[in-house]
Amino acid sequence: MASAESSRPSIPAGDPPSPRSYSNPYLMGVGLGLVLLTAFVVMGRGLGASGAFSSLVAWGLDSAASGHARANPFYVGYLESGVGHPLKSWLVFEVLGLAAGGLLSGALAGRIRRRVERGPRFSTPGRLAMALLGGVLMGVGSKLARGCTSGQALSGGALLGLGSWSFMIMVFVGAYATAWFVRRQWT
Amino acid sequence: MSAPLYKFGLFGDELSLVVAFVIGLGFGFFLERAGFGSARKLTGQFYLTDLAVFKVMFSAIVTAMLGVFYLGWVGWLDLSLIYVGPTWLPSQIVGGLLLGIGFVVGGYCPGTSVVAVATGALDAVVFLFGLTLGIFGFGEAYDALAGFVQAGAMGTVVLPDVLGVPYGQVVLGVVLLALAGFVGAEAVERWSARRSERS
Repeated sequence: MASAESSRPSIPAGDPPSPRSYSNPYLMGVGLGLVLLTAFVVMGRGLGASGAFSSLVAWGLDSAASGHARANPFYVGYLESGVGHPLKSWLVFEVLGLAAGGLLSGALAGRIRRRVERGPRFSTPGRLAMALLGGVLMGVGSKLARGCTSGQALSGGALLGLGSWSFMIMVFVGAYATAWFVRRQWT
Repeated sequence: MSAPLYKFGLFGDELSLVVAFVIGLGFGFFLERAGFGSARKLTGQFYLTDLAVFKVMFSAIVTAMLGVFYLGWVGWLDLSLIYVGPTWLPSQIVGGLLLGIGFVVGGYCPGTSVVAVATGALDAVVFLFGLTLGIFGFGEAYDALAGFVQAGAMGTVVLPDVLGVPYGQVVLGVVLLALAGFVGAEAVERWSARRSERS
């Protein structure tokens, strides 16, 4: 990974890629849908992301304070879910693949570079604080909803689950209701 | 052919982890191709400048939904063996709201943040740290939250049940809704582009 200051031979003129350099969203959506369909056909289950981090938290706590973790049904659910080990779980391996797939695509497109994503009017420390806060909200929200955009909205949405569709609508409601207040971060 | 293959015992748990990695690989590849390793691209959805989130999400939902529907119809895929998450409306509505707020504040959702980390976004590293903190906080507060989390348990409920409409018609309805949404999204993007040219 090249530092922000050094030359980046893979990216012409040193400019960040414009949104137009990404692939057609409808085609990428169809590709993503075929990956999801493959998961349904091969495994009988959909995609996910937040669950892998729940396994990580449960495993970490079990390693540090096993009695505490084992007394909590939330953690126990994840500790019992792997193939003989909490981290040998389907979602943990799927998320490892997710990272590898992102890296592969980013490398092929010359989009790998150290950066902090923020709008032109927002400071880097401020952005990192917002990223932390957003992550915490997302952690609590995804556990309340029993899934995130991948597991609930995408997978449950394709299977027409009532909870998934209610969740998906509320994600857009929550984001649009908040967007104005954090506009300096992005615009 | 009988699918889901795993449920029919074509391979075991160990091999399912390899399958998980390969499926994740495809998932991450398409997310990055679509530009979803970039928080600025993702949040464009909420400022109406770039509706790629909606377009990608609904193209994916429609594709997978049609695939499941037709494979089930021709009898290759046993739909009763596909896991559909149960419904708890109160916690899923509040969880969705929190997740939406977290999306525009944090810039990512969990899956896209993994792709962003893989392509070098430091804010996504911090976001993922926050995500694990949030999950830990939820776990520590689980005793107090369990009542709300379990409230309104409805079991597995799908839209055809709720609407009292056959599966195929709901599928058609979602396709039409998505197509109308795509036309609307293109119009909104053109409007946004004109507005930013004027200012």
